[in-house]
Amino acid sequence: METLISIIFIYIFIENFVLHRFFGICPFLGVSRKMETAIGMSMAVIFVMTMATLVTWLAYTFVLLPYNLGYLQIVTFILVIASLVQLVETVLRKISPTLYQGLGIFLPLITTNCAVLAVTLLAVRLEFTFVESIVFALAASIGFSLALIIMAGIRERLEFAKMPDALQGSAVTLITAGILSIAFLGFQGMLSL
Amino acid sequence: MLFIYAIAALGLIGLLFGLGLAAAAKVFYVETDPKVEAVKDLVPGANCGACGYPGCLKFAEAVVSGEVGPDACIPGGEEVAREIASLLGKEVSSTKPPIATLFCIGDVYRAADSFVYDGVKDCVVAGEYYGGHKTCTYGCLGLGNCVRVCPFEAIRMGNHGLPVVDVEKCTGCGLCAKECPRDLIEMLPPGEEGHLVLCSSQDRGKTVSRACEVGCIACKACVKACEQEAITMDDKLAVIDLEKCTDCGDCVEKCPPGTIYQRAKIPSEKDAEAAAAEKEKETA
Repeated sequence: METLISIIFIYIFIENFVLHRFFGICPFLGVSRKMETAIGMSMAVIFVMTMATLVTWLAYTFVLLPYNLGYLQIVTFILVIASLVQLVETVLRKISPTLYQGLGIFLPLITTNCAVLAVTLLAVRLEFTFVESIVFALAASIGFSLALIIMAGIRERLEFAKMPDALQGSAVTLITAGILSIAFLGFQGMLSL
Repeated sequence: MLFIYAIAALGLIGLLFGLGLAAAAKVFYVETDPKVEAVKDLVPGANCGACGYPGCLKFAEAVVSGEVGPDACIPGGEEVAREIASLLGKEVSSTKPPIATLFCIGDVYRAADSFVYDGVKDCVVAGEYYGGHKTCTYGCLGLGNCVRVCPFEAIRMGNHGLPVVDVEKCTGCGLCAKECPRDLIEMLPPGEEGHLVLCSSQDRGKTVSRACEVGCIACKACVKACEQEAITMDDKLAVIDLEKCTDCGDCVEKCPPGTIYQRAKIPSEKDAEAAAAEKEKETA
């Protein structure tokens, strides 16, 4: 139980996927312009990361390991994640059109996201148990959402801020992301597994 | 031997997932309106967004649901609108695209430059430099930003220093109107009815007549001449309401500088050259 709580705290705050490990920078900068899209993306990421880790952990432990095919993990995981997202999209469209509309374009967008692949690979590399892996994926995706939503909040305010022309747009966004990352450095060393 | 295992394992997993997805697509198939697909196949499919929807698929959905008329696809034009309409059993309203029209006839012969501009050939840059090389600070600088932005090659730069719009090629996308830093291009309804005051200057009459021989000097002669009350003053510029204009031509006769033209008779490149040649003869 203690490990699980540590995992949650570590991967939301200390080793935040976006701000500490620099995974998923593309959606972090791409969809953080509006709070609405940021929340949509966050929900999709939480959903897909947890599902993907669940399936890839099973695939790794029961298919790849017994046959000594551990070196195939990256290729296999990409395949698994892509198929999984596709499958989830098809099923959602039929079963829950509301949820399908809500997640919208974000679901297919994160198929090829490095953050999703990283979570699945790390879960295996850090030798987590099944439950630990799922909690790890959940914490990582919540950490991602946290960063994304904070960023969206800041950027919505930045729209109205006065600044030199040269800084407008991507420049100030990147600077903000950097400062945000430095702020999260403050958590460094509080906990370790 | 190792690589055979790898290929076999990966192939098997891929095959398994592929079959799974195929099965899922069958089991969880969602019926979509076949009309949407049919409409999507009719439009050009460039996903240009000129209709105001994100992509041709969304446009097709909107047309089928009746949210928008079949003529909203601008690149598709009249032909596509008619095809969509006949497919859905709808009426087509007027589908001719609007036409880009330049509201300035101050060519190089009649609207003088105040200095020789030798910088970057760009209207925005030239306009920033001492208010532009043309004496008139509202007139066309003739450096062709509109020509470069037109995706249909419907605008070329005439020898008289003003852009010439090819009415046949103009699709009414309005990119040139957005591009022009002096807002000289307006998208007008198709057709050749109505008169226009081909000037955009908001300067006082004295300033205008010093800068350009054919600029609107805000004398209000046309306002008084118009029996339909179709002409109003927008500050120091006369504006004709095309809806009210009956093409009587009274204003053309009364206009001292000759700024007003019937839409079909807007001076072309050749007209401008002929007028310039005539003037030269007179002065000689």
